[in-house]
Amino acid sequence: MSSQHASLAEKFNSDEARTNWHDQTLWWVRQKRDRAANALPEWEQLRQWASDIKDHTLSNLYNYLVEFEQNALSNGVKVHWASDAEEHNRIIHSIIQEAGIRKIVKSKSMLTEECHLNFYLQTKGIEVVDTDLGERIVQFREEAPSHIVLPAIHLKKEDVSDTFHEHLNTEKGNFDPQYLTHAARIHLREKFVSSELAITGVNFAVAETGGIVVCTNEGNADMGAHAARIHIACMGFEKIIPKAEHLGVFTRLLARSATGQPITTYTSHFHCPRPGQEMHIVLVDNGRSRQLGREDFRNSLKCIRCAACFNTCPVYRRSGGHSYHTAVAGPIGSILNPNLDMKANADLPFASTLCGSCTNVCPVKINIHEQLWKWRQVISAEGLTEPSKKIGMQLMAWILAKPAVYRMAGSTARWVLRNFPSVAKSKRWNPWYKQRELPDAPEESFQEWYKKRQRS
Amino acid sequence: MSNRDHILSAIKASQPALRPLPILDYSVVPVMADLLTSFAHFVNMVGGQVRLLDDLSMLNEELEAEQKQGRLLINRIGDPAKMDEVSQNAVALEAVDRAYIKGSIGVAENGAIWVNETAMGNRILPFICQELVILIEADKLVATMHDAYREIQINQEGFGVFIAGPSKTADIEQSLVIGAHGPVALTVLVLTHG
Amino acid sequence: MYTVGLFVPCYVDQFYPQVAIASLQLLEKLGCKVVVPMNQTCCGQPMANSGFASLSYGCDQNFIQNFDGLDFIVCPSGSCTLHIKEHLHSTQYPNKADSIRRKVVELTEFLTDILQVNQLKGKFPHKVGLHNSCHGQRGLNLSSMSELVAPYFSKPASLLQQISGLELVLPDRSDECCGFGGTFCVFEEAVSVKMGKDRIREHEENQVEFITGGDMSCLMHLQGILKRKNSKVQVIHIAEILNAGYE
Repeated sequence: MSSQHASLAEKFNSDEARTNWHDQTLWWVRQKRDRAANALPEWEQLRQWASDIKDHTLSNLYNYLVEFEQNALSNGVKVHWASDAEEHNRIIHSIIQEAGIRKIVKSKSMLTEECHLNFYLQTKGIEVVDTDLGERIVQFREEAPSHIVLPAIHLKKEDVSDTFHEHLNTEKGNFDPQYLTHAARIHLREKFVSSELAITGVNFAVAETGGIVVCTNEGNADMGAHAARIHIACMGFEKIIPKAEHLGVFTRLLARSATGQPITTYTSHFHCPRPGQEMHIVLVDNGRSRQLGREDFRNSLKCIRCAACFNTCPVYRRSGGHSYHTAVAGPIGSILNPNLDMKANADLPFASTLCGSCTNVCPVKINIHEQLWKWRQVISAEGLTEPSKKIGMQLMAWILAKPAVYRMAGSTARWVLRNFPSVAKSKRWNPWYKQRELPDAPEESFQEWYKKRQRS
Repeated sequence: MSNRDHILSAIKASQPALRPLPILDYSVVPVMADLLTSFAHFVNMVGGQVRLLDDLSMLNEELEAEQKQGRLLINRIGDPAKMDEVSQNAVALEAVDRAYIKGSIGVAENGAIWVNETAMGNRILPFICQELVILIEADKLVATMHDAYREIQINQEGFGVFIAGPSKTADIEQSLVIGAHGPVALTVLVLTHG
Repeated sequence: MYTVGLFVPCYVDQFYPQVAIASLQLLEKLGCKVVVPMNQTCCGQPMANSGFASLSYGCDQNFIQNFDGLDFIVCPSGSCTLHIKEHLHSTQYPNKADSIRRKVVELTEFLTDILQVNQLKGKFPHKVGLHNSCHGQRGLNLSSMSELVAPYFSKPASLLQQISGLELVLPDRSDECCGFGGTFCVFEEAVSVKMGKDRIREHEENQVEFITGGDMSCLMHLQGILKRKNSKVQVIHIAEILNAGYE
């Protein structure tokens, strides 16, 4: 079982100019984040508050969820609970079915991506229109989003132009972003006003008021939710925060971390359905309670999905979101996904150099790189690493535990490299040598040199 | 056991020992000297425009002139008795050229303005109109989001929103385009009362 | 005067002995009594970072036997230092392991914080680019990090600036990972090399003669790429620069 990430990443790197573009574009987003963060002298304190609020919330989640539910119910909202993705999808489908609706709009929700809701609904004959521009683009192309905030960041405007030409009949060869966005505007505004049901995600759910907060720049969540007669908001239960006051901390961090904006264009607070409207909230577990019970990994549930860790990750920038083969890519995805399916995602914690930049940008101070290291231990303990790697490691551990064997192995290896370098100079068998020369093998190790010096 | 009880009991079994809720001491946040300058700066940064107004009379003349040219306007500012009713039909509102609504709080650190549902007439209005104008009183500016959440009550009405600039997207190659699905322009009128 | 154990990373011992020699000479010139335990091998990081920390028992025991009872354990590698600091354990000798974890110090940090060196007498009349290795920087806090809102400092740069004739140039992305990453360099070969190439491009654009840093592993990876493309840029460990021309 070789790493799926590694082979997809290698494919991504086969177009170096495009890899450079991807890297530089996301680095630019990271720099915007840096500027926004540096404009606030209290930035590190805000991160600490956000982290502490989330830690507290996770330790009192039961009570906050009950409080949230009670308040939402008294606001006139219907509350549903889903244990897993399948149940989440079934609940949503039954609401749609009972209302006799065939076409729905959906704004960005990584949870619905995680649950593969679109696919589920399509098999039931429901037309789903993703309304976030980036998501609409990838939906037309029958691709998955490659980034949780910038879903189409793997595409160039020429790609979007071709897609829109095919689906929206835009001018062939016109790849002006303004022109293409305008075409999507016309197309989607028609979808908004004709749709009876809208699904949105949730950025924050406030226990003390029973309300949800949704942040967008395009206004698509609001267009959908306010036009429809039924609004369904889907959320992982970790989206809960105790008080409205805490929104002050999180709204100051979210957009600055995500895109470097001082705040998203729309920060919408939904409490009650409008007269005549139905509003549903679906609270989803899907492995989260299991993650909550994993002491080493529970604080991954603090994530507010800003994607700052994606933008800063030197591996993500040079391998693209699809190489992570999951709904949530990047460093945070690599510590969340092994909980969802350890075997299928066993490669992801290894798709990192453990450089630690992700941990430093995280607005809620998740120790991402340390959790990557810990997942590696769990995955190998579960026997999910390649057998050859395991044997290699056992051999290495044996040699390195015995000083005499180590010295012998070292001098033998150096002798071989000096006299028969072709042994190691195989691009096929030695991945190091594919694009790198080997270091010179000196006649004398440091220990050998030191021994001589001691004698002289 | 129902789903709900099943999930809640799993959570109860998994959650760690209680950690304290932090005390948020806002004295670490620097004091902002000039709220209006900062507010105007950020409204511009997020793609909007600021206009300072002494009073509303000049505005009324402008509105009349535009309406004569056949532009479809909805006016939700000024004298409450003269406020336009807002259709509850989204299709009808799609044609609105410009909506004027009243904001309750403006935030100097980011240009965001809090708007309550009542001020909109219909929740969809500030999102579906082609251009949006929000009126805010100069003395209703606060420094940061911390201050803003102290001033407003988020569940005072069924819906409320912070609006910062016109609708926008950068989903195509990170090129910023103003006017994604919502308003293509936002003007913020700051009423200074002379 | 401190009695200092010189902790030589295994790959430095085998492939870059000059780095250990420079570290030894530099510490002696600065008045330390340096002990080189001759049965040291490896800190165990290659196994641990690959998910096999469970196999590092032998390395841990050996490390403790070699480095017990010294004032400080100094290592010319941020990465190996960090591994010992974070992961050295012993069920047999827990107190010794604790003590070693506290006493292990990366070389540049030892110079700036313990010896408080502020006037190195070395000479190195060259244009030099600094590569901040991640484990030294983010793990051991050897310099401020571009992600954090905090005042600037750099322990390695503060030492290099004391060397006469040396012109220090930092790349724009002053603390981006080089892509070595231990076994990452072979298991994720494509991304690893791409990351290395991108670091090198910045240093080449700055027209440096040498790329230096506190971790020979990062430099070995960059050297492999530089040599393959026949670049004129060379890599050199910071200990070699600090020791150069120091009489």
